[in-house]
Amino acid sequence: MSNEIEETMKRIQSHKGVVGTIVVNSEGIPIKSTLDNTTTVQYSGLISSLADKARSVVRDLDPSNDLTFLRIRSKKHEIMVAPDKEFILIVIQNPTE
Amino acid sequence: MDLTFPYEKKRSEFGKQCMFNDRGPELIDSCPSSLRVSVDFIRRNPVNTGVQNSKIQAEHEINTYRAEYSNALMNHVEGGWPKDVNIADEEQTKRYRRKVEKDESYAHIMQQLCKNMENCILQNNAINIYQQYYTDVEPTPLTEPCTARTVNVFQDQSSLKRPVTNMSWSPDGGSRVIVCHCNLVYQANIQSKHHHSYVWELENPNTPQMILNPPTQSVCIEYNQKDQNSLVSGQYNGQVAVWDVRRGNEPVDFSVMECSHRDPVNSILWINSKSGTEFFSGSTDGTLKWWDTRKMKDPLETLILDASKSEEQSISNALGCSILEYEHTIPTRFMVGTENGYVISCNRKGKAPNEKMMARYHTHYGPVLALQRNAAFVKNFLTVGDWTARIWSEDCKESAIMWTSYHKARLSDGAWSPTRYSVFYTARSDGILDVWDLLQDQHAATIGVKISDEPLTKLKTNEGGRLICVGNQIGTTYIIEFSDNLSYSNKNDKALLTAIFERETRREKILEARNREIRLKQRTARSSTQLAEEQVDTDDTSFEDPNVVAAEQEFFAIIERETKVEEEEEEEEEGQENLELLQGFDTEDEVKP
Repeated sequence: MSNEIEETMKRIQSHKGVVGTIVVNSEGIPIKSTLDNTTTVQYSGLISSLADKARSVVRDLDPSNDLTFLRIRSKKHEIMVAPDKEFILIVIQNPTE
Repeated sequence: MDLTFPYEKKRSEFGKQCMFNDRGPELIDSCPSSLRVSVDFIRRNPVNTGVQNSKIQAEHEINTYRAEYSNALMNHVEGGWPKDVNIADEEQTKRYRRKVEKDESYAHIMQQLCKNMENCILQNNAINIYQQYYTDVEPTPLTEPCTARTVNVFQDQSSLKRPVTNMSWSPDGGSRVIVCHCNLVYQANIQSKHHHSYVWELENPNTPQMILNPPTQSVCIEYNQKDQNSLVSGQYNGQVAVWDVRRGNEPVDFSVMECSHRDPVNSILWINSKSGTEFFSGSTDGTLKWWDTRKMKDPLETLILDASKSEEQSISNALGCSILEYEHTIPTRFMVGTENGYVISCNRKGKAPNEKMMARYHTHYGPVLALQRNAAFVKNFLTVGDWTARIWSEDCKESAIMWTSYHKARLSDGAWSPTRYSVFYTARSDGILDVWDLLQDQHAATIGVKISDEPLTKLKTNEGGRLICVGNQIGTTYIIEFSDNLSYSNKNDKALLTAIFERETRREKILEARNREIRLKQRTARSSTQLAEEQVDTDDTSFEDPNVVAAEQEFFAIIERETKVEEEEEEEEEGQENLELLQGFDTEDEVKP
């Protein structure tokens, strides 16, 4: 099981344009990361709170709704966040233009 | 005052039961009033006492239990590590992480998340979903359908309906229109009560704001654009009148009959002057007169529209003026439209008459009914007359640069729009108002609005550009409002219109040059043959055109033939009569018994 996960994550990392991948748990602790520690910590802290806020927005507007995916596109790259109750998967990619 | 009352009870009777019985009152002591004491007292009058008669209320505060909030900040450097894990210790953090990874649900959740994520990553790699298309293309303006709607209708208030001859918008943004009616039928019998002209407010079509009552009918009337209270009007009998709306509905001043025009004044316009009180008028008798409102006894100047190049200007050769044109931005020049279709461009500052009348354009086959320069392109002017409207350029004297096709109905008036430079309006005598937009279509009118069943006589545009007032033959005035795309210019309009005018002007100039060449060639050819024929040709100088000569000969031949036939018939008749007479004698003898 864990091998498969390892493979999947390696595959994600090897896609074109992907800069880094981070897995954060609900406490905000980065479980797995391909970036250096300082960046990882920054990303995990900031992105977790943002994902929480986004989820609360979606649920406030319609309680039967829930956040499935969050994409933040900036000038330099795109941060994609796949949230879950316990973990958050963050991928930073340079989209091809 | 000391008063004591001892009450005695024996000790043996203490604690005994009380036996109550009735007893009347007993006076124990009384102290009467004594005036001696009154010296120590002052009488108090009035006595102020406060009395309050209301519910007794009490104020009492209570508050519920509230949660106490306090703001406190916490600097969170690294995730919510549980207390037992030392962040600095790498071994411990690693161990904790591995523990989390071993969690059962971890694998499941991660599979799901990774699937979603991969989808999006591949999507990103395939196409830029946020790409902006057409960023550098300007949004095209939406083409609005052109509309016109009638805002208001004003009727001629008199019982005898007279046609509208002129209208003028008031200079204060055009909130009022003055309409003058005049029956221009030659020597029609008009009673004096039908001389009115009306000032209408746009909102109120039921009653005119003011009724102007001149002693003779007004043919044309104009507001002074700088002073909204003064007006001038040209009358049917050739006089001009000055009005002040504040002073009432009679004219303030008249021109003297001897110095006025001899025919109805067709057109009157204010001119630029230092005092702002000068205007000029033109009439069918062929003269233009300049006046000053302060001194109406004499015209300041008179000009006879004699277009022949003779030394003396005489009124018998003059051309009647049907319309005048004056542009405030070119103060010394003006244009006159005449009754035989010429437009003469004149300069007020010229000394001799032929300097004054600078250029002549042969515009229409009948009187020029409208003449106006374009507000943005002052070299180009619009003329309306007979069945067409033509646009001219000052440079091309031989022909118009653009013209409309011949309509089925005569055109009675036209004007440029003051705000949208490519639009002009024409009024037709079948009751239709045409709007032409040179930028949209040069061959046909953009829209035609059927305003009334009666012929339209005059139109005037409001300086705001949206409204236009149109008058018809039975005296009704309509206010029409147009949609935005006919009232407002876009950014490129001026450039496009300049291009159109220049192109047409150039075409006409080329044609003019070519015509001139042809004429020159003909003239040189003719002059060389003339030298040869001069000996033969003696005094028949009136008509050299061979076609005309041939036609004349044919004509005279026919006449001679007819007269000969008639003479022969007459002779035959005479002969017959003689015979009858002779026969008559015989028959009479026979009848008489």
